[in-house]
Order: sequence, then C-alpha cells, then structure tokens
Amino acid sequence: MSCDLWRGKLDAYVDSDASQEELASLEAHLRTCPSCAAEALGSLQMKRMTQAAATARYSPSPHLRLRIEESIQPNRKPVWALPWMRLVVAAAALVLIVASVALWMRYSAREQTLAELLDLHVATMASANPVDVISTDRHTVKPWFQGKLPFTFNLPELQNSSFKLVGGRVMYLKHSAGAQLLFELRNHRLSVFIFQDQPAMIPLAMGATTIREMAFNLETWSEGGLRYVVVGDASAADIHELSELLRVAGRS
Amino acid sequence: MPLFAQLYNFAHWLTQDRAAAEDLVQETYMKALRGFSSFQQGTNFRAWMYKILRNTFLTTQAGLKAGAYVSLDGDSDDDKPSEPADAETPETVLLARVELETIQNALEKLPVRFREIILLSDLEEMSYQEICETLGIPVGTVMSRLSRARKAMRELLAAKLRGASR
Repeated sequence: MSCDLWRGKLDAYVDSDASQEELASLEAHLRTCPSCAAEALGSLQMKRMTQAAATARYSPSPHLRLRIEESIQPNRKPVWALPWMRLVVAAAALVLIVASVALWMRYSAREQTLAELLDLHVATMASANPVDVISTDRHTVKPWFQGKLPFTFNLPELQNSSFKLVGGRVMYLKHSAGAQLLFELRNHRLSVFIFQDQPAMIPLAMGATTIREMAFNLETWSEGGLRYVVVGDASAADIHELSELLRVAGRS
Repeated sequence: MPLFAQLYNFAHWLTQDRAAAEDLVQETYMKALRGFSSFQQGTNFRAWMYKILRNTFLTTQAGLKAGAYVSLDGDSDDDKPSEPADAETPETVLLARVELETIQNALEKLPVRFREIILLSDLEEMSYQEICETLGIPVGTVMSRLSRARKAMRELLAAKLRGASR
C-alpha cells in the first residue's frame, strides 16, 4: 500500500477511531516509514495543541448560570400557591363561611320570628276571644297595659281614618311580653305587635321592612326602642297607612 | 446544569461573541428541557445537547450566514478524502514554532463547518459516531470533512508562519 493511502487513515488513527485491525497494520507501517511516522506525529501534536488552544478558551460569566437556571426553572408558583398566600386564602375562606353561616342563621331566625308573629295573628283571628281588653277608645286600651308590660306606647288618633281599634292583649314572643293590638279596616282585621327592641328582635331589623308572606302583608320598623310589626290580610298600602299612623303617634 | 462550561466554550467558539454565546447556551438548555421527552434513554446525551446547540446556532443570524457560506462555496462534502497534506511542510518542525494563540487565531478564521468539526473531534474528543449524531451527517462525511478541515487549518498555520518568518 502506498504512503498516500496510509495517510488517508491517519485521521482515524489520531482520533482513536480506527479498528483494531487497521490500527495494527498502520502501526506496523509507521515503524518502517519515517515519513508517515512524522506525519502521524504531526497530526497527533496538532490535535493535542488544538485541544489545548480551544479548551476553556471562553468561560461563562457567573451571572449566565443564574440567568439560565432562572429561565429553565419550572414555572414560578402562582401567587396563591405561596405558603403565606395559602394562609390568607384559607383565612378569607373561613371568614366567608362564618359570615354566610351567620347571615343564614339570622335570615332563618328572621323567618322564624315572622312566622311566629303570623301564627299569633292567625290564632287571634280564630279565637272567640281575640282580645282581653275590648274597646275602641285608645284611652281605655293604653292604660289597660299598665303594669302588664315593662314599657308603654302611644296609640294613634283614628277619628279621621277608616281604621277602628278593636282592643288588645298581652302576648309573648321570644320569652318577652309585648302588646298585640287589633284594628279593623272594613272587613279586615289587622294585628299590631309592639315589643321591646332587644337582641332577639335583631333578625327583624334585617331585610325589607315590608314583607308579603302567605298572602299576609307585614310591615315592621323600630322606633324609640320599640319594635313594631303590623300584619294583616289587608293590602300593603292599607298596612302602610296604619303603620304611618302608629309612627306619628309613637313620635308624639 | 450538565456540560455548562463546555457548552458555553463551544458556543463562544461558534459565535465568536459573548452575548450571542450566552443567548445560544440559554436557548439550548430551554430547548433541551422542553424536548427532554424526545431524548431517548441510552442514546448519547452529550451529542444530543451539542446537536441542539448547533441547530439553534444555525437559526441565528451568524449561523444563517455560516450556513449560507457552506451552500455557496461549492465545496460539497463527498466521501472522497482530501489530498494528503503538503509533504513539503513537516508539521513536527512547523508546530514546534507555533504558539497557542496562533492556533486560536487560525481556528477563528476557519469557516464554521470546519471549526465546529475540529472542535467536536479535538476539543470534545467525540468519536466519529458522536460527531455524526451531532451534525446529522453520515460517518463518511464526518471523516472527509474533518480531513478537509485539518488541511485548511494546517494551511492557515503555514501561511501565518511563512508570513511571520519573512
């Protein structure tokens, strides 16, 4: 084999990529051919020097590693996944739950109180003796409650209205005594409940002041430490008219 | 990060620019991470990483220029080995007078496709098989291109030395 052909194999020799067979025959040739041996040595030297010249010729700046590590980090955790944020979210959720439970409880307490008042009114309508004091005169009815209730109230002047006082009685709501007054408007009978505005009555203060329930109209308000509820099967406008009369009387 | 310093060195050799090399390395890691599922266990990880870096480089401005140079220079890679080096310049003598800086300068002057294959073989000490995986060319082409690259390198060095001795 001519030296030209051997030299074609020198690259594989210096790159350690020659087969065992090739390596053996090439080494045998190099031992006998000074020219090829010099060429091989030169190539080997060249490879070593290139390696020395190129190795770590350029080194990365310290910030590059940081920059890349930041850019290839798994996606940053969303804000809500941060430990302190989780606490905040949990606390907010708890507050929301407590608030809605409290709201719901108050709402159901209001419904319950309204239902009780409605029951009282309906029971009064069904009773043969709906009132304990029978009088159309407010100056008779109001004094009758003296000593029976821990508070007093004013009754409206009805002379120029279509309402007529029928009478009154003492009733109990949430373990406290209150006044139930019965009024007549044409064929309708309306109850007016008056009791002290205590914590048990708070649910009534929530929500609308005029309510329609089971075809009855209700109106409720608070004035001078007393809670008023007007209920009856009359129209909402009539209920409101009586309520206004009571409000005016309450203020005088 | 595996191969960080080596990949940066190689990237800087390819781009000849610090900022470009930094971007190239960063993009390489991002692509590697994204495409890690496409990496087949048992195959050569190093060749895979260098391949990503090199392919990314070819899409950059500098890489496109280098690629265009390859296609326009008409010096196609075939499997024919290059002509043996000029016998009149015994390299043993030649190299004794060469400094590292001269070799660095010569490497920088080489066309990218010659520079990269010399670096993969001499610097990274990749086998022909690894180089063929990295560059995506057949082994025969690896050998012929490497031979041409080395010849070009020797010629550059010889020219430099002749210039210096004059």
